[in-house]
Amino acid sequence: MTPRRTVAPAPQGLEQLLAAKEIAVFCGSGGVGKTSAAAAAALMASVRLGGRVLVLTIDPARRLATALGIEGLGNLAHQVPVEALKGAGFEPRGELWAAMLDTKQSWDDLVLRHAPDEQTAYRILENRLYHNLTARFVQSHDYIAMERLYEIHASGEYDLIVVDTPPTRNAIDFLEAPRRMADFFGGRLLRWLTLPYRMGGKRGSRVLNVASRPFYQIADRVLGSKFLEDIAEFFLNFQSMYDGFVERATAVERLLHDRRTTFTVVTTLEAAPLREAEVFCEELAKREFHLGALVLNKTLPDYLLDGDADEAAGALCDDAPALAAELAALDGEDLAEPARTARVLRTVGESFRNFEVVAKREAELRAELSRVPEVVARVPSFEDDIADVDGLARIGRHLFSEPGR
Amino acid sequence: MAVVRPAPDLLARRLLFFTGKGGVGKSTVAAATALLAAEHGKRVLLVEVDAKGNLTDLFEQPPVGFEPREVHPGVLAMTMDTEASLREYLKLNLRMPVFGRIGPVARVFEFVATAAPGVKEILTVGKICWDVREIVEGRSDVDLVVVDAAATGHIVAQLGAADSIRELVDVGPVRQQTEWMSELLCDPAITAVNVVTTPEEMPVAETIELVERVRRELSVPLGTVVVNRVLPELFTHTDEATFEALREPEPSRLLERRTGAGVTAVLDAARLAVSLRRTRAAHLMHLLDTVDLPLLYVPYLFVRDHGLRVTRMVADALGEELGL
Repeated sequence: MTPRRTVAPAPQGLEQLLAAKEIAVFCGSGGVGKTSAAAAAALMASVRLGGRVLVLTIDPARRLATALGIEGLGNLAHQVPVEALKGAGFEPRGELWAAMLDTKQSWDDLVLRHAPDEQTAYRILENRLYHNLTARFVQSHDYIAMERLYEIHASGEYDLIVVDTPPTRNAIDFLEAPRRMADFFGGRLLRWLTLPYRMGGKRGSRVLNVASRPFYQIADRVLGSKFLEDIAEFFLNFQSMYDGFVERATAVERLLHDRRTTFTVVTTLEAAPLREAEVFCEELAKREFHLGALVLNKTLPDYLLDGDADEAAGALCDDAPALAAELAALDGEDLAEPARTARVLRTVGESFRNFEVVAKREAELRAELSRVPEVVARVPSFEDDIADVDGLARIGRHLFSEPGR
Repeated sequence: MAVVRPAPDLLARRLLFFTGKGGVGKSTVAAATALLAAEHGKRVLLVEVDAKGNLTDLFEQPPVGFEPREVHPGVLAMTMDTEASLREYLKLNLRMPVFGRIGPVARVFEFVATAAPGVKEILTVGKICWDVREIVEGRSDVDLVVVDAAATGHIVAQLGAADSIRELVDVGPVRQQTEWMSELLCDPAITAVNVVTTPEEMPVAETIELVERVRRELSVPLGTVVVNRVLPELFTHTDEATFEALREPEPSRLLERRTGAGVTAVLDAARLAVSLRRTRAAHLMHLLDTVDLPLLYVPYLFVRDHGLRVTRMVADALGEELGL
């Protein structure tokens, strides 16, 4: 580990961190095991710290969703049965709840809440651009996740909310989502864009200012003006929600900056995800979010770096025939054939050396980490998939630094 | 592992998309395919769509912009930039030369493009199709376009952009453009969409889902599924029995005496390798049972570094799988 950690006064763990927070946002690039890590952290917090803990997941693997009991539940939260936690060897002090994010449902709720009247709400909900915007516009997932988080937090139903973030192309996108949404609907650009339509003009009677004229000329030729009118109509309707919407987006942003909120970056020790994790840590610091912990996930075991093991692996490869002959002298038919035993010994030795190469690469990458939060948790690569509460418990014990059982 | 289904002659196509769940090695496979094609005498344009800006690392070259640059003999690389694509489109199609930045128009464009469906996608796919049409009609010095495309979550929107735009735009040059674009994209002699995955639960699940969605919602032909990071099979059935016997008390004591105390860790590591392989094999079987596309296997590479050497190793593995 980095020297900084060893000199730090009282090394904190994820347990202490979560005990002091109300919201923990888990982020990182795709495929690093963010969802499982978030669920595992929530599980541990519920059994160790007590209270009501919610894990809000975005896109869990189906078997994990089934294990948490949230498959097909939409936005509804569901309590993970106490028996399941007891079955994994815990005496839970609190409750573990899980919920998935239903993007479309959440957007519809938002529109219904902020539209000035029902008629406008339904005009928006039925607009084909609205469907496209909410379903396909990537940032809309980012925003709505944060918005839902705000909603749940404000309800006061949970002591701790652990959030898994959407798989963004760029991990920092969702940090900017609230502000971008506020800019989007509140911007001068939008007013400017819809100006010709707000002036009461249909085609032909448009009043265009000097700045917007070239845009409309190009847009007319490229897209046809019907499309532009569709866009304008949509925005005009949407703008009626402006005040409520911007107010909310600002509040969401404030909540993410609140001292009760912390961020945990999850990564594997592979070059690309790690680089992204580092950028992410920097961006969090730059934007003054609280970077609480770093989770190094799916790491290889330390024994792969062991010098004695390396020597033994070498000996297995080099002395395979002699060792096989000695082993054949022992009882047991599985070792009776020296040629086969020698082959197996060599394979075992070579396999060790293969994994040793990868483990060394991991160790180097770990040593190169520049900005590290105070809490660094390591979770090993498990032989099988994490698909149930037992599996989450295994991850959780490592997250809370108590791997033994 | 044997190829179960005959792999198509991928390199004879003109446009290859590579998509997949984040983190499975999509860029590496796309770059390796470009390298493989170049080594078989083709001139390739490699397009990075999801601008992470590190595709050229795989050739140990500095980043490229919208203007293609040769990053390896026979491989040109470019990074997609929708605004640059719009500028090029306006210049070529409407004879509207736009110098420098488009200024305020660009800001409005950015705004509309972010809000309106399909605009960014059409400028991405449109630029790619334009280059492919130049090839098909014999006006290009490039033979093949390889796209490091959007991840599984976004690729359908990208490939379906031409159709989405057609639904929204009734008239105008854009509508006509989308027609020839769809023709190119749906021609199996020209285009193939390839899905990159690893033998793990989520990547396999997303692959299965994507293949179903592409078939249901698009007419774009699917090519292969590239399974990356396949762990080697360590033991045959009988060899595994021998391995298990080594872990019995008496044999392990003998090994410890002869090779040192570290041998326990060595045996544990082999056990881990066997289990990892077994879990992944189950996902692979599920993929094989569910998806009827040819699978290409790329082995897990036990190497320290990245860069061109690794790209070449993946290219070699793909070449072998394709029978080249």
